[in-house]
Amino acid sequence: MENTFIIDGMPIPFEPGQNVLQAALAAGIFIPHLCFYPGLKPNGNCKLCTVIINGRHVSACTTLANSGIEVANNTPELNNKRRLMLQMLFVSGNHFCPGCEKSGNCQLQALAYDLEMMTPHFNHFFPKRTIDASHPEAFLDMNRCITCGLCVQASGEVDKKNIFALSGRGMASHVVINTPSGKLGDSDFAMSDKAARVCPVGAILPKRRGYAIPIGERRYDELPISSQTEFLTTRET
Amino acid sequence: MFELENAKTTQGLRRIAIDPVSRVEGHGKVTLLLDEQNRIHQVRLHIVEFRGFEVLIKGRPYWEVPVTVERLCGICPVSHHLAACKAMDVIVGAKQLTPTAEKLRRLMHYGQLVQSNAVHFYHLASPDLLLGFDSEATQRNIVGVAMQYPDIAKQGILLRKYGQEVIQHVSGKRIHGTGAIPGGVNKALTAEARDELKKNLPQLIEWAQGGVALMQRFHEENPAFYNSFGLFESNMMGMVRADGALDIYHGDLRVKDAKGQPIFDRFNYETYAQVLREEVKPWSYMKFPYIAELGPEKGWYKVGPLARLQTCDFIPSPLAEAARKTMLAIGNGQPVHSTLSYHWARIIEVLHGLEVIQELLDDPDILGKDLTVKGERQEEGIGVIEAPRGVLIHHYKVNEDDQVTMCNLIVSTTHNNQAMNTAIRSVAMQHLDRRVISEGLLNHIECAIRAYDPCLSCATHALGKMPLQVELLDAEGTRLSILSRNSNGEFHTSEMYA
Repeated sequence: MENTFIIDGMPIPFEPGQNVLQAALAAGIFIPHLCFYPGLKPNGNCKLCTVIINGRHVSACTTLANSGIEVANNTPELNNKRRLMLQMLFVSGNHFCPGCEKSGNCQLQALAYDLEMMTPHFNHFFPKRTIDASHPEAFLDMNRCITCGLCVQASGEVDKKNIFALSGRGMASHVVINTPSGKLGDSDFAMSDKAARVCPVGAILPKRRGYAIPIGERRYDELPISSQTEFLTTRET
Repeated sequence: MFELENAKTTQGLRRIAIDPVSRVEGHGKVTLLLDEQNRIHQVRLHIVEFRGFEVLIKGRPYWEVPVTVERLCGICPVSHHLAACKAMDVIVGAKQLTPTAEKLRRLMHYGQLVQSNAVHFYHLASPDLLLGFDSEATQRNIVGVAMQYPDIAKQGILLRKYGQEVIQHVSGKRIHGTGAIPGGVNKALTAEARDELKKNLPQLIEWAQGGVALMQRFHEENPAFYNSFGLFESNMMGMVRADGALDIYHGDLRVKDAKGQPIFDRFNYETYAQVLREEVKPWSYMKFPYIAELGPEKGWYKVGPLARLQTCDFIPSPLAEAARKTMLAIGNGQPVHSTLSYHWARIIEVLHGLEVIQELLDDPDILGKDLTVKGERQEEGIGVIEAPRGVLIHHYKVNEDDQVTMCNLIVSTTHNNQAMNTAIRSVAMQHLDRRVISEGLLNHIECAIRAYDPCLSCATHALGKMPLQVELLDAEGTRLSILSRNSNGEFHTSEMYA
């Protein structure tokens, strides 16, 4: 059959130009991911969407869907690796869900629940990270940043402002603000920017709104993230 | 200097430690110094755990504070949540909440009063009261109570469960919810939830009345013991509303002396920093508050159920007020100071909490949809509430970037620090002095502490101000040296052996 491929034994239709992750989500098949966002160029940063195609581990978001390919996705082996990556993300930042207002709406937390991450497993790094409260409408808490790069892309590709950038390499990689002071308050960032809405965790949050959504009505309270492929396809509520 | 706080000399004295003190929240220990004739020379309640909320909250956005600080405690998180939120109401300029928001917060708070007081009365204290202070230690717990008094144990468990359900309906979770936000609440109560909560109330009120009757019976059957155990007189502090009634959510603070005469008929809690001081002692992480103008030796006071029920003029609910009058009658016109009366007062408050919940659920405002207000932004906010264990003070300063720059918490158990130390010294002299010490006798000390329902986790929230002591031990456990930091931040080293 033309324009179909196989995920875990199931035929999945695709439109030419779609990547494996997009086609899977559109067909209601969940592939865990953090750094993919509809409308932004896939960058394969987080590696959560790693699948196996023809024996090779590849990122589903950066691999074009092709007729006839066979994709292994929801397997114990891959999910174990994804859980391990989540654990590394949790311990390499300072993620204290109990006090975080993103809790219940956080993609990292939702994936940890969905992939049944019971413990952090590794020792916490407790890194020293910065907080930037200089902007009148936004609060930046780099303790929670997972360097997915979505804010960098959104600010550059959509907002055309280039306010965010990634600096450093490897473990030292971190998000910086492209102003002489390094402060968000000195940029022309606005809460209406795309970059203000793409953060999968609680690193970029609007000020003075905290906890306005009650427990039970948050994005991932009712259904696990793996059951919300329609939302993840478009990100429209 | 308080009697039995410091022995004249520690040479030749034997040390007994109760470590940890059991059936209280958090971690503390009691040390006794005795001579060869078992005469007591020193008794101290040490708080040996150590936390850091006042420091870690600095830099955080103010709207995060009510949810972060409630993690101080798993028993009465609602108190910290609401005290912080009351302070943040001031920060966001919300001078008067909407009727619905205030009533929902009260509902959550009275739900907590019921659950917290019930867990203490039935789970933690009833084993001593029902089975005996020196009963078999392995049976002296809630399981032992359930074996011998299954109905009472069941009632206690269900009373607590109900209080938690009230909290869950308002805040989203039984423990550590998010119901209150600066300027109001984030969720309306549904009619279904209200009806669900109303369903079993008559039965619960009947059980609470049973608990009150039980405490009355204990006092009537053994007045000599119940009225004298750990007896000492002290000042008392509690919150009252404008007409002098007990109010655990909002009001002024009233302080009475040991004879029941007002020291402050009422003072605005926003002036607490002028009225109260805190003393630091090198042997405990918990501070010792006192009324500034009376000084540390005469200005200390007790808070919590027994203080509240005597600082107020009346309880604004009929069944609990009748029970209060019965309890106060044992004082023959004088204030009641006996330590075990705390339990009686606490179970009367469970009854009161249920009566208030009933009233709130019958109020049409409780289903309202107008939930938040805001006003002119302020830089400083103080929120005070009567937590189940007593007066709880939260004080914050917030900068123009919305970050917390200062946090001061004075929690209920801290107010009771001197009272608890005095109670255990009284019990030590009454029951342990010149006697062969047994486990049952040591439990008398714990019973005196337990009467205050202390939350030692809450009380040790400070960091950077407390004296610290680091001991260097060799492989055999012999102490080689001690590094101490006093309350001024100065370090001293004491070499034990050359």
